[in-house]
This record gives sequence, structure tokens and C-alpha cells, in this order.
Amino acid sequence: MQKEYTVTVYTEDRIGITNRITIIFTRRGINITSLTTAETEIPGVYKFIITVMSTREKLDKVVGQIERLIEIHRAFVHEEDEVVYQELALYKISTKSLESGDIERLIRENQARILTITADYFVIEKTGHQQELTAFIKKLEPYGLIEYSKSGRVAIVKWSRRFHDHLKELQASSEA
Amino acid sequence: MQQKDVLPMKAEKADKRLSAKPVISGSEAVIRSLIAEGVDTIFGYPGGAIMPIYDALYDFQDKVHHILVRHEQGATHAAQGYARSSGKVGVAFATSGPGATNLVTGLADAYMDSTPMVCITGQVAASLLGTDAFQETDVIGITMPITKWNIQVTRQEDIPAAIAKAFYIARSGRPGPVLVDITKNAQVGECEYEYVPCTHIRSYQPVPELRQDAVKEAAALINAAKKPYLLVGHGVLLSGAEKELIALAEKAQIPMASTLLGLSAVPVDHPLYVGLLGMHGNYAPNILTGECDTVIAVGMRFDDRVTGDVSTYVANAKVIHIEIDAAEINKIIKADVALHADAKTALQALLKEVQPARHEEWLAEFRAADKKEYDKVQHNELYPETGELKMAEVVRLISEKTKGEAVLVTDVGQHQMIASRYYRFKNPNTNITSGGMGTMGFSLPAAMGAKMGTPEKEVVAVIGDGCFQMTLQELGTIYQSKIGVKIVILNNNFLGMVRQWQQLFFDKRYSSTEMVNPDFVQIAKGFFIPGKKVTAREDISAAIDEMLATDGAYLLEVVVEKEDNVFPMIPAGTPVTTIRLE
Repeated sequence: MQKEYTVTVYTEDRIGITNRITIIFTRRGINITSLTTAETEIPGVYKFIITVMSTREKLDKVVGQIERLIEIHRAFVHEEDEVVYQELALYKISTKSLESGDIERLIRENQARILTITADYFVIEKTGHQQELTAFIKKLEPYGLIEYSKSGRVAIVKWSRRFHDHLKELQASSEA
Repeated sequence: MQQKDVLPMKAEKADKRLSAKPVISGSEAVIRSLIAEGVDTIFGYPGGAIMPIYDALYDFQDKVHHILVRHEQGATHAAQGYARSSGKVGVAFATSGPGATNLVTGLADAYMDSTPMVCITGQVAASLLGTDAFQETDVIGITMPITKWNIQVTRQEDIPAAIAKAFYIARSGRPGPVLVDITKNAQVGECEYEYVPCTHIRSYQPVPELRQDAVKEAAALINAAKKPYLLVGHGVLLSGAEKELIALAEKAQIPMASTLLGLSAVPVDHPLYVGLLGMHGNYAPNILTGECDTVIAVGMRFDDRVTGDVSTYVANAKVIHIEIDAAEINKIIKADVALHADAKTALQALLKEVQPARHEEWLAEFRAADKKEYDKVQHNELYPETGELKMAEVVRLISEKTKGEAVLVTDVGQHQMIASRYYRFKNPNTNITSGGMGTMGFSLPAAMGAKMGTPEKEVVAVIGDGCFQMTLQELGTIYQSKIGVKIVILNNNFLGMVRQWQQLFFDKRYSSTEMVNPDFVQIAKGFFIPGKKVTAREDISAAIDEMLATDGAYLLEVVVEKEDNVFPMIPAGTPVTTIRLE
């Protein structure tokens, strides 16, 4: 059955690695709904967090093929309840809306915060799950939403050891 | 091999080269690095963006033999043939742009068939990258999905490490092709040269650790089996596990069947060898996959040409899968026990745990089915007395006259299936064919490479008339480089396998499969290669004798039955147990 999964991939820092990973999804006709990548606590090791709608069976095979790539340390598929995750959204609103006073209450009630204010617009930041972030758009629209931008998923796996422990083990075993 | 003297160098340049870490050009670093990896043969084609490397090669003609092919696709297939026959890494050179894109088919073929190969391409200068410069192509992007690894080198000081890594990756674990793209500025610039072979990459574990509990579990299944069955794949040859495989089969009296690429791992006349698996394989090994209770698949990946309909494949059996590539385990067929390991290591471990056994009734089932195939198909194919010449009788004669000891290089189609079915392979690594990709045009250049890799062996390329015309320009290479390969064209004036499918599944609507062919012997003559055309049964034996007795290359064209079909056959996507004998 198709549902949303989080795939995490630990890679070396290498030009083109994103392409190498994504073409494996492309070959099997799986659409990537979000992709976030950044360096981990280990210098030179990057973590990709990919969300997709697919089946577990298909993704287990995809992960196997990703792990086959030379610069990949490990790749995992996670069910929804195996990860703690957040996304971050920025909302640009017309400054005129501040005059009403209501929007400040709305920002507080939704655990959002103002990042910057200019004469024409101000920017609100909110973290949460996608549904909360998009629901917040609806609430802001009456105040003059100018632009909306959202990140991909950032996730922490509940059962994972710290990755640098794994990397140290990997190094120790290959040096032995 | 003709050798030329190394050109004299200027004194200053010579001093730099003789120091502990000589300062040399990136191009020279390429050649020296290849020599450090033991490379003695390179197949390639020069061009603007790789000219500095070719210039450096000129100074090392005493150490490295460069074979000038007629098309870069030929270079890759030749490198494949070289690698598959010799067990070494094949090497190909090409220039940027069209030179590099012409490598694509060979790279994809080598990737599908796990062939160790390193291709080096020239690239425009780093300052021009991404500007649509003359003969610039994003060869890294293009070859990403069809190489085990690729890299673009833009600085000369990075060349030795990139080449060291390329060879390590190409030959280790599950072997595969690697591409190193080197920009022109890196080829020309100078750097201090030091070569350190690569032995470790922290994110890459080529040899997995065999789990002993899995070995015990697998052995228990084999020991309990009434009808165990060994499926022999290419991994057996790649890991050099032929002896261990046969020892295991003999200890527990297990029948062995081979995939197309596993052919030659087991001598065809071994009493436990039961034949070829797959769409045009033998009757017994296919039909009895439905009967076996334990399958031991060694270094094979359950290709759809072997399994047919996967929902019914080995449905009554426990599956033990020995495989070095974790991504292949459970990809197509779910394994009850997976031995994630090199085939040789796994078989050695298994051999200690497996008990001696006999399975005479089970083996008798194979013999009974064999007889059925022999009576219905093989006898008529191998020993016809009337009618046009048949491909199978030609292959039988080649097999008899070479005593099964030649390196047989086949192309793709009916002749490939016939040759694979009827050549009686005696020694490992003597079957070279394009399995996963099914690349027409593979065998002429691959045979050239195989002969360069194993010059002491007779190399016979068996080629269809359609396939031959895809890469026939390599006759020029064969002539120029004096490569003594024997070429047998089985000419039915058809794209035979497509025609067979049209006959069986498209109501004989022969859409664009009939060929009006040139005079192949005249073409060979144009390349100064002797040859003969045979159309009559009484002439074929002598013609093969003449071919084999000829010193150097020879082309034999055999006109065979025009509308012959290859049986048995499993229609695509159907259970293998529905294999048809007619």
C-alpha cells in the first residue's frame, strides 16, 4: 500500500551525489515530495532526508540500490512513527495588517515568530508538520499573504544510534 | 607486438622525471598510473580533448600497447572481452563529446554484466566546462546510471588518486565499469607524481563479512533437501569459485544448471551438469525448477530471462541466495537464507557444513527430460542430413574441432542462443557474450579484446549477419593490429530472433527483419582478411578446418536455414515450466 515514508541517506561530500541518489527513485517512477540535505556532525558526511509516497517493498529495494553507490555510507527507510520530524515555513505578510492587532494574537497562538519587519512587509517563521504549516496559510490569508516558502522535512530517527558512532565502527572495522 | 624506442627526452625534463617525486604532466601521470596498475593494453581512439594523453602514451610504447579501434564502442567491447577472458581490468580511451558518448553502450553493457573496466575520457578545459564548448558533453551526468563509479578530474595533482580509486572500485566486490573524465588543462599541467594504490574507501565495503549462522542455516536446508538444485551464475566465474562449486555439487550430488553468463564455470560434460537455464535454455533445467525443493543460487541475479513469471518461479522450493551485492538479495526472488558474500568464501564455508548425500532419483528426472529434448529438438538440430545448413550443426563442429577449449564470443540473437546451447565449454571464462544488455555488435570487438587478453587461446566469434553489420568496421582494427581472431558469420538473411518472435507472436508479420546483405567475404578481403563462404553441408567441416589452421584472422560465412527457430522457448513473462519444445 502506498503511504508516506521518510528515507535517510548518509553520504560522502561529493559533486553529483544528489543526482546519483535521485535517479534511483526516477528509474522506479517514485516521485520525491521533499528532499533536505546538510552536513552532519561528522565533517564531510552529509545526510539526505527524502520524503516519498510509495510502498515499503519498493523502497526497501531502492535503499539497497542507493547503498550500492560507492559514496553512500548507509540508507534507511522509516515509517511515520519511527521519526520525529519538523518542517519550517516562512510567510511574508503586508505590514499594513499589523495595524489591526489580531495578527499578533494569531502568531502567538500558532507558536510562530516574527523574523523581520520592514515598512512594506514582515516575515513570520513557523515550524511544524506540513498540515499545520499549510493550515496556517489559510489563517494568514485575510491579512495579505505575499509569499510562502517551506523547507523539506528534517527528521531524527527514534531508534538510531548517533551516526558518528556508526562511522567510527566502520572505520575501525576497515582498519582492522 | 611491435615495439618502438622511447623518444629521447630533453635533459631538464629527464631530471625532473627521475627524482623521487618527479614533476610530470597530468597526461604522463595518467600513463604512469595505468602502468602502476599493471595495464599493458589499451583500446581507444584519439581526438582533440585527449591528445595530450595520447602524446604521453607515445613515450611508453614499450610498456603499453594501444589498439586503435575504428569506433569508440569497439574500444569498450574490446576492453570487456579483454577483461572477461583475462580476468584483468579492461581499459579504453576516448576523447570528449562524441568520443565519450560512443562509450555509452559498452559502459551500460559492462555495468549489466559486472565487467571490470576503466574508461578514460578527455574533456574540455575546466575553464570551458558548462559553456557548450566544442565537443563538450556532460559525460559524468550521462554515464552516472551506467557506471559503478565515475569522476571528473580538473586538477592534474588529483589524477593518480582518481585512477587508483577507479581501478580499486572497478575490480573489487561486484566488478563494474568506471569512467574517469580528465579536463584538458589537467592533462597539460605539471604536478609532483606519486602513485599510491587505493585499498580502502570508507563508505565502500566491497567484500561483505559472511555470517556463520546463515551458513549453518543454509547447510541445514541443503542437508534436509530431497531435490536440491544449484543455479550457477556469473559470480562463480568472477570470484573464481568453480572448484568449490563443483566440490559442493559432488559432495551432496546436486545437479547444476547455468545461467547464460555462468556458462563455462562448469564443464559441459560434468556428470552433474544439467544444462542452460532461461528463455532458450535446456528443457530439463527449466521445467525442473518447478520440482526442486531447495535452490542454491550462486552469484546470479534472477534475471527475467531466467525466471519468466516470478510469481510461479521456484515456488515449491526454499531459496538460498549466495550474492556479493546486497541490493540483489530479495530484489526479484525472496531468499529464505541469504549468504551475503563472495561466492568462493560462501561455497568454502558451505562445503564444510554440507553432508555427503545422493539424489539419484532426482538426477534421473533430469536425464529423462534431457532425453525428451534430445529426441524432439537436439538430434535434428545437431545431425541433420537433408535441407539447408543449421546453426546448431555448425556450432557442434566448431565445438568438436576446438575440443571445447576455444574462447567463444557470441553476439546477440538466435546464433547466440544456439552457440550457448551447443558449444561444449570445457574451461572457465571461455564464454563471452552480452547477457544483461543484449548488445548487438558486441562480439567482433569483444573477440578482439579476448584475443589480446588471452593470445594463447583460440578465440572464435560466432556472429549473426545483423550483429556483424553493427560493428564490422573493427575488421580494420583486426587487420592493423594483427589480431588472430576467427570470425564465423551465421547468415540467415534475417534478424532471426525478432523474426522468430514475429512468427510466433505477431502472425508472421515480418516487419523490417529481412536483410539484403553484402558479400561478407569480399568485405573481409577489403580488410586483407582471408575468408570463405559455405552454403553446402559437405563443405562446412573442411572450411572450419581451414579457418582453424589459418595463422591469423579468418572470416567464415555460413549460409544457414532462413527461417529456423530456436527451441526450447519460454514465452516472455510466462512460467518457466511452460517451456515449449516446438
